[in-house]
Amino acid sequence: MKKTLLATAVLALGGFSSAALADLTVAIAGPMTGQYASAGDQIRKGAEMAIADINARGGVLGEKLVLEVGDDACDPKQAVSVANTMVNKEIAFMHGHWCSSSTIPASEVYNEADILMATVSTNPQVTERGLNNIFRIMGRDDQQGLVAGGYIAEKFAGKKVAVVDDKSAYGKGLADEMAKAMEAKGLAPTLREAITAGEKDYSGLVTKLKQAGVEVMAYGGYHTEVALILRQAQAAGLQLTVMGGDTMTNSELVTAAGPAADNVMFTFSPDARKNPDAAPVVEKFRAAKVEPEGYVLYAYAAMQLFEQAATAAKSTDYVALEKAMRDGSFNTVIGELSFDAKGDQKAPGFVVYRWQGGQYDYAQ
Amino acid sequence: MAYALQQLINGLTLGAMYGLIAIGYTMVYGIIGMINFAHGDIFMVSAFIAITAFTILAAADVTSIPLALTFVLIVSIFFTSAYGWAVERTAYRPLRGSTRLAPLISAIGMSIFLQNTVQLTQGARVKPIPPVLEGGIVLWDNPTFTVQIGWSQLLIIVTTVILMTGFTWMITQTPFGRQQRACEQDRTMASLLGVNVDRTISYTFMLGAALAAVAGVMVTVYYGVVDFFIGFLAGIKAFTAAVLGGIGSLPGAMLGGLLIGLIESFWAAYLWAEYKDVATFSILCLVLMLRPSGLLGRPEVEKV
Repeated sequence: MKKTLLATAVLALGGFSSAALADLTVAIAGPMTGQYASAGDQIRKGAEMAIADINARGGVLGEKLVLEVGDDACDPKQAVSVANTMVNKEIAFMHGHWCSSSTIPASEVYNEADILMATVSTNPQVTERGLNNIFRIMGRDDQQGLVAGGYIAEKFAGKKVAVVDDKSAYGKGLADEMAKAMEAKGLAPTLREAITAGEKDYSGLVTKLKQAGVEVMAYGGYHTEVALILRQAQAAGLQLTVMGGDTMTNSELVTAAGPAADNVMFTFSPDARKNPDAAPVVEKFRAAKVEPEGYVLYAYAAMQLFEQAATAAKSTDYVALEKAMRDGSFNTVIGELSFDAKGDQKAPGFVVYRWQGGQYDYAQ
Repeated sequence: MAYALQQLINGLTLGAMYGLIAIGYTMVYGIIGMINFAHGDIFMVSAFIAITAFTILAAADVTSIPLALTFVLIVSIFFTSAYGWAVERTAYRPLRGSTRLAPLISAIGMSIFLQNTVQLTQGARVKPIPPVLEGGIVLWDNPTFTVQIGWSQLLIIVTTVILMTGFTWMITQTPFGRQQRACEQDRTMASLLGVNVDRTISYTFMLGAALAAVAGVMVTVYYGVVDFFIGFLAGIKAFTAAVLGGIGSLPGAMLGGLLIGLIESFWAAYLWAEYKDVATFSILCLVLMLRPSGLLGRPEVEKV
C-alpha cells in the first residue's frame, strides 16, 4: 500500500514537473502536399522562422514554442482529421487552415476544444458562423471581390469580360463577388463559366472565350489553373488579361505560364515586404534563401499575434487569450492587427497588383 | 460552324490522349481481369521522365525539334515500360491466384506509392517546360473566328492514329498478339499449349505503360506543365473511357476515349461547362444501362 502511494506520488510529481516544463505547442495546418503544396510550404517557412525568432527572445511567457505541422491537402475531410489530431496534441494556438473549404469544417473542431486560430482563408463564411475562436488576418472575398470587380469595371469599361470560377468555396465566392461589383458599376459580364480544378485541358473554355470576343477574364480560383488557361489561350491566339484573387501571388504562376503571366492582375493586401517595420524580418528571410512572398509573412505574423496576445493576457488560457485578441491591437510584420466582433481584421485594404517579368507590383 | 470545328479539334486531341491511356486499362483487364489503378500514375511518371529528358536535351543544346521529340519518346517509353514491368512484378504477380480483391487493393497502394514517391523526390511544385512546338496551321480564316490546329495537337492526333494502326496489326497478325489473345480467352489452356503466360502478362503491362508514356510525352509537349497529381484525373477519365467502350476491347477503349473527349468539349462549348463531368458520367450510366458490357464489349460468359 505504501509502495503504491509512493509510486503514485512519484508519478504525480513527474506528471506535474513535466507539465510545468512542457513547451507550448502551436500548430500550422494547410496543404503541405497536394496540388497547392507550395502555399503550405510558404506557411511552414514563415511559421518556422517566427518560432525560431520568438524562442530566441525567450519564448512565450517563459516557455519555448514547438511547432506542429498538419497536412490537410486542401481536403475538407482530411482537415477535420488534422483538427482532431491537433486537439489531441493539446495545441495552444492554430494558424490555418489555408483553403476556405478546409478552414470551415476544421474550425468547428477547434471551437469545441477551445483552441484559438488565426487564418488567411478569405471566404466570408469563415467568420460568419458566430464562432468566437477564429480570427482572420487577411481580408474577405466580398471585400476582395469589390476591389477587383470595381477595378475591372473602371479600367476595362466597354470591353467584354468573362467571369470564371473553379467551383471551390473560395473560387466561386470570389467570382460571385467580382461579378456583383462589376454589375454594380455598370459592366455586365459577357460570360459566366466554371471549370473543374485539377484538369489540364481548358482548350474548350479558351475557344469559348475567343468565340465570344472576351478580352478580360475575372477568375475565382487558384494559380495552377490560370497558368494553364493562359498558356492555352496564347496557343489559340487569344490575348487574355486575367484578374484574380490573393492566390495569384504564387510565383509558380510565372514558371508555369511563362511570359503570359504578365497578363495576370490580382488583389492582395498591401505588400508586407514594403512595410518598413518588416524590413529586418524580410532581410532575414532572404538571407535564409526564402523569398517572403505570398503567405510567408502572414504565417510569421500569426505567430507574433499569438506571442503578443499571450503576453498581454499573461496566460495561454482560452478565455483570457480570446479576450486579449479581441480587445488588443498587435504590431506584426504585416502591419497593425486588430479585430472586430466577428474576428475579421479591422483594416484589411486590398490593392490591385500586376505580374511583370517575374515580380509583382502595384498595378497602375 | 468555325467554332464547332475548333471544338471538334480540341475534343479529338483530348480524346486521343484519353484513348491512349485507356488501352492500358483495357488490355490488363482483358488478360487478367483486374483494374490496374496504378496505370494513371504510370502515365504521370512518364510525363516526369519526359520533362527530365527535355531538360537534359536543353542542357546539351539540342535545338532540332524532331530529334528532341524522338529522343524524349524513346527515353520515356523505355523507362516507363520498365516501371510497368516492375509494378506488375512486385505488386500483382505475387498475388495472382489469390482473391480478386487482393490485386485491386495492391493496385491502389501502388498508385499512392508512385504518387508519393514522385512528390517527395521531385517536389510538390508544378514543373513547367517552355513551349516546345509553337504555332500551328490556320485551317479556316473565317472573318468571325479563325480555326487553327496547333502543331502539338496535330502531333497528338497523328501519333495516335499511327500507334493504333500498329497496335491493331500487332494484336491480330503477330505471334505475340496471338499469345495475348490466347491468354485472354483461357490462361490455363494457353499455358498447356506452350504459351508463357507470365511473360505475356509482363509484356502486356509493358505495352500498356509504353502507350501511357506516349500520352505522357504528348501532355508534356501540349500543356507544358506537369505535377505529381496529373495521374489521378487522367486515370479516372481513361478508366471511364475503357468502361464506356467496353472494357477488354481495344477499339472500344479508343472509341470511348474519343467519345469522352468530344462530349467534354462540345458540352463545355454549347452548354454549361461546369456540368461537363456530370454530362460525361451521365452518358456513361446511360450506355451501361442499355449495353452493360459497354459499346464494343462482348458480354462475359460465366464459365462453369
